[in-house]
Amino acid sequence: MTPTAPDAAELRRRTQEFLAAHPPATTGRADFLGARFDAGLAWVHYPEGLGGLGAPRSLQAVVDDELQAAGAPDNDPRRIGIGLGMAAPTILQFGTDEQKRRFLKPLWVGEEVWCQLFSEPGAGSDLAALGTRAVRDGDGWVVNGQKVWTSSAHLARWAILIARTDPDLPKHRGITYFVCDMTDPGVEVRPLRQITGEAEFNEVFLTDVRVPDAHRLGEVGDGWRVAQTTLMNERVAIGGLRLPREGGMIEPVARAWRERPELRTHDLHQRLLTLWVEAEVARLTGERLRQQLVAGQPGPEGSGMKLTFARLNQEISGLEVELLGEEGLLYDDWTLRRPEHVDFTGREAGYRYLRAKGNSIEGGTSEVLLNIVAERVLGLPPEPRTDKDVAWKDLSR
Amino acid sequence: MNAPSDLLYTGDLLYTEDEEALRAAVRGLLADRCDAAAVLARTESPQPHDRELWKALTEGMGLAGLLVPEGRGGQGATHREAAVILEELGRAVAPVPYVTSAVVATETLLACAGDTAAELLAALASGRTIGVLAVGLATAPDAAPVHRRAEAAHDVPACPRDEAARDAPVSPRDEAPHGNPVRHEGGALHGTVTGVADAEAADVLLVPADGGLYAVEAAQDGVTVTPQTSLDRTRPLAAVTLRGAVARPLAEDAGAAAAAVRSGLRSGAGLLTSEQLGLAEWCLAETVRYTTERHQFNRPVGSFQALKHRLARLWLDVVHTRAAARHAAAALAAGGDEPDLAAALAQAYAGPVAVRAAEEALQLHGGIGMTWEHPVHLYLKRAKADAIAFGTAGRHREALAAFVDLPAPVAP
Ligand SMILES: Cc1cc2nc3c(=O)[nH]c(=O)nc-3n(C[C@H](O)[C@H](O)[C@H](O)COP(=O)(O)OP(=O)(O)OC[C@H]3O[C@@H](n4cnc5c(N)ncnc54)[C@H](O)[C@@H]3O)c2cc1C
Repeated sequence: MTPTAPDAAELRRRTQEFLAAHPPATTGRADFLGARFDAGLAWVHYPEGLGGLGAPRSLQAVVDDELQAAGAPDNDPRRIGIGLGMAAPTILQFGTDEQKRRFLKPLWVGEEVWCQLFSEPGAGSDLAALGTRAVRDGDGWVVNGQKVWTSSAHLARWAILIARTDPDLPKHRGITYFVCDMTDPGVEVRPLRQITGEAEFNEVFLTDVRVPDAHRLGEVGDGWRVAQTTLMNERVAIGGLRLPREGGMIEPVARAWRERPELRTHDLHQRLLTLWVEAEVARLTGERLRQQLVAGQPGPEGSGMKLTFARLNQEISGLEVELLGEEGLLYDDWTLRRPEHVDFTGREAGYRYLRAKGNSIEGGTSEVLLNIVAERVLGLPPEPRTDKDVAWKDLSR
Repeated sequence: MNAPSDLLYTGDLLYTEDEEALRAAVRGLLADRCDAAAVLARTESPQPHDRELWKALTEGMGLAGLLVPEGRGGQGATHREAAVILEELGRAVAPVPYVTSAVVATETLLACAGDTAAELLAALASGRTIGVLAVGLATAPDAAPVHRRAEAAHDVPACPRDEAARDAPVSPRDEAPHGNPVRHEGGALHGTVTGVADAEAADVLLVPADGGLYAVEAAQDGVTVTPQTSLDRTRPLAAVTLRGAVARPLAEDAGAAAAAVRSGLRSGAGLLTSEQLGLAEWCLAETVRYTTERHQFNRPVGSFQALKHRLARLWLDVVHTRAAARHAAAALAAGGDEPDLAAALAQAYAGPVAVRAAEEALQLHGGIGMTWEHPVHLYLKRAKADAIAFGTAGRHREALAAFVDLPAPVAP
C-alpha cells in the first residue's frame, strides 16, 4: 500500500468516472477491459501502471460492485484462472520490470491464457523431484522433458515452468523458474482424457524448447522458492469467493429435494441435513477468513479451506447422484471435448460427482495438505527424511 | 439490524479488541484460580460449584450482567462478549453456573415483563443471586410441543411447507412450555423436574408450570433439591421437587411463558457452542503439546503421519466450529429470526466436534489419558454432556430442516 493509496470513496469515484468515459453499452469488450487495466481498476492492490493503484486488496469489491451494477463485461476469470491466480502474483513478486510490463496486461484482459508446467510423471506431490532439464545455451536455455496433468495447455499462450538446472545439488536447490512460450515448435500438447470424458488437462512434451534468459523468473537455482509463491496463491485462490447461503455444490441438491418430494427417503434426509450444515459452516468459515483478510489479520485458517471444500464437493455431489435414483444412472455426455472453462458446479450431477474427485488431488492432494497443516500450523515435528541432503541425481526413483 | 433474508449476511465473525481484552482478563483469572487439579478436587468435594471463582467473575468483573442492559442493572454488553467468556470457561471446564444463570435464566427473564422479572434480572446481573431455569438440561429450544410460527425463518426459495405443521390446532396443552410436569395450584407449585443443571447452586428457580412461568425461591420448605450422580460433575444435575412451593408469576400467559423459555434455551444452545469451542481448543492444544514431547520408537509420536493427519483434521473442525460459534453469537446479539437458525446450525455442528476432540485427546495420550489424575476425562465428560445439553445435534438438524425448508419424507 502506498501512502497515497485511494480509499473506498475515492475508488468508487474513480470507477464511476471510468464508467462515464467508457460506457459498457457502447464500448467493445476488449477496449473496455484494456482501458480498465490502464485506469488501475483491474486489481487495485497491484502497483500503478500494472493494472492497480496500490490500494488495499479488500477494496477490489468496491470497484467490482460498481462495475457489476453498470453491467460491465468481466475478464471471464474461470477461463484464465491459472494466469490470474498463479502466474500473475509470481510475476509481480519475482519478475523484472520488463516482464511485468510484457505479461500482466494481456494476462489480465484474457488475451493470453496461461498454464502451469509443474507436475511430471515422476514428480507430483514430491514436485521438487522433477526431472525436466534446462541447460544453459548462450543467452538462453534449452529445455527437455515431460509435464503432465497440465490444465488449459491446449489454450495457453504462455506457461509457468519449473525445470532442473543443476542435478548435482539436492533436489530443492537445483531448480529454476521460467516463462515458457507455448508456441515454440518444441512444445507438443496432447489431450489427456479424464474420467469425466473430456480433456481438461494435457500431457506436454518439451523437446529442445528454447527459453530466452530474459524469461527466467527469479535467480538461477531459486526456482523452488519462487514456486512456493505460486503454490500458496493456488491454494488461497479457492477460499476467496464470497458465497451466499446455499451457494456452491449444495444448491442443486437442495433444489432437487424441494422440487421432487418423490425422491425423498429418511436416510437421504439425514445425510442431506448433515451436509447442509457442514456446507453452511464452511461458508461461514470462508467468510470469517475473508473478514480476517479485510481487517489485515490473515490467519492460518486458509490452509485448511481447500481440504473442506474438496471433501464437501465430493460428498455432496455423491449424495446428489444417489438422490436422483434412476436418473443418477445416466450421464449427460461422454464426448471427448477440450473445454475452455472449468466449472466444478456446472453440467449435471454425474459430471459434478466425477469432476469433484479431482478436488482432493489438484493443487496439492488432501494428504499433502494435512501434512502442511500438521507441520506449519500445529508445529508438529516433521517425519524423518532421507532426501534432504542427497544430490538429485542420486535419489531413487 | 441486518435483514436475515440477505443470504450473504453473516454478521461480524471476528473478535473485537474489547472482546480480546475481556478474554485476556478472564483467562488470567482462570489460570490463577481454576487449574485442572483444582477442578478435579472440587468434583469430589461436597460443594461442586466454585463459589469464590463465581464471585470473582461476577461481583469482581461484572460478567453475570453482560446480557442485561445498563438501565436494568447489567453491563449492557451482548451475546458476543458472553460467548468469549464461555470459550474461556470451557477451556478451563470451570465449575460455575454461567450458562445456566448468566445466559439461560437471564435471557428467560429478559423476555418477561413485570416487576418480579425486573427485580430478579438485576439480582442475577449482580451475580449475588444465582438463577436456574428448572427444565432438564437436555431440553432443546423447540422441545416444547409449542406451535411453531408458519413463516420460514429466512427466505430460502420456498415450496409449500409441511401442511400438518402449519394447520395443527394449538391446544392449551401444546402451549404449556415444554410439557412441564409441574402443576400450579392456588399460588403454589407441585411436581418434580429432573436433570436440572446447577440447581444446587440456585437461589431462585424459574419454573414452567401449567402454561405459566414462575419464580421460586430455592430456600423454602416447599423446595427440595436432590443432587443426581452426573456424568459431568463440573456441571452437576439435580432433581427439583416442589411440594406446595410458594411461587411468584413471571408470565401467566401461555404464549409469553413459552416464548420466554424458548428464548432462554435458544441463547443457551447458541452460546454453548462457544463453550464447546473452548473445550475442543484445549484438547487440541494439549494433545499437540503432548505428542510433540512424548517419544516412542526414537521419535516424537507427533511425527507419525497417522497422528498428524488426525490432529490436522481436528484443527480444521475447530476452525469451522469457531465460525459457527461466532455466527451464533453475532446472530443472537442482532436479534430477529436469524438466531433460531444460527443456534440450530451451530448446535448441529459443534457437539460432535467437541466430543471427538476430547476422545482424540484421550486416545493420543495413551494410558495416561485413561487416568483419573489426568484432566482429559473432565473434558470428555463435559463434551459428552454438552452434546446432549439443549438438544442433540440430530435434534437441531431436524429443527433446521423446518427453518430452511428441507422437509422429511412423508409416509406414503
Ligand atoms: C484435475 C487436475 C488438474 C491438474 N492441473 C495441473 C496443472 O495445471 N498443472 C500441474 O502442474 N499439475 C496439475 N495437476 C497435477 C496435480 O498437482 C498432481 O496430480 C498432484 O500434485 C498429485 O501428484 P501425483 O498425481 O503425482 O500423485 P502422487 O504424488 O504420486 O500421490 C499418490 C498418492 O500418494 C499420496 N501421497 C504422496 N505423498 C504423500 C505424503 N508425503 N504423505 C502422504 N500421502 C502422500 C497422495 O496424496 C496420493 O494419494 C492436476 C491434477 C488434477 C487431478
